Amino acid sequence: MIKTNDLILRTTTTLIAFILFGFSVYLFFAGHNKPGGGFIGGLMTSAAIVLMYMAYGMESVAKIIPINFRVVIPIGLLIAVGTGVGSFIFGQPFLSQTFAYFQLPILGKTELATALLFDLGVYLTVIGVTMTIILTIAQDRKDETA
Amino acid sequence: MEQLYNVTQSMISAIAMLCIIIISISVIMLMYRAIVGPTNPDRAVALDSIGINLMALAGLMAILLVTTQLNDVVLLIGILLFIGTIAIAKFLEKGVIIERDID
Repeated sequence: MIKTNDLILRTTTTLIAFILFGFSVYLFFAGHNKPGGGFIGGLMTSAAIVLMYMAYGMESVAKIIPINFRVVIPIGLLIAVGTGVGSFIFGQPFLSQTFAYFQLPILGKTELATALLFDLGVYLTVIGVTMTIILTIAQDRKDETA
Repeated sequence: MEQLYNVTQSMISAIAMLCIIIISISVIMLMYRAIVGPTNPDRAVALDSIGINLMALAGLMAILLVTTQLNDVVLLIGILLFIGTIAIAKFLEKGVIIERDID
């Protein structure tokens, strides 16, 4: 059998993976006023990582991204709970949020909301759950003679 | 001028509705091909085309609702569709989607 050649896939992956990461960051910051937010941003990031896994195989990408995705889940959940509990410090009810406008150097006048921190927790949790599920399914053939 | 504006507006919404109906028929026929389809490549092509039709539906809804918020959705469906099609193609050709090591 002729060995399959996926040169086109690998070459485009090096370009498209970065576009996907950029788009996921855009979706993450577009949240809570427009379509977007932590959940879909996390899905987009994990889609980019899955694309890299599909193009370059398990071992190479595990060397490039040395993150145990099971650790990312509790970190994200802790950030999400922490933004809820943090409102107690200011004497507010659980999960209350606020926003303000800041003058940032490059971006100009920007709206920064505490909901963004909650979104960060959701983002990390979604990445961890999705990558754990996909990689666990992919490693399922370990004991067989693949 | 006012009359021309009204005629154009009703024309655009009528044509968008017509396109939505036609694309819905197309999606139903592609669903038949994706479920029944004799071989797996037929199903792969049918799923890809269903995704393209979904992008068209999102664009037509953006025209009907007169909003720009749905443009991100079109892009998002396109990217997820691209990755899904690559996964199906790789599964059909190699039988495994994420390889253990590439030699």
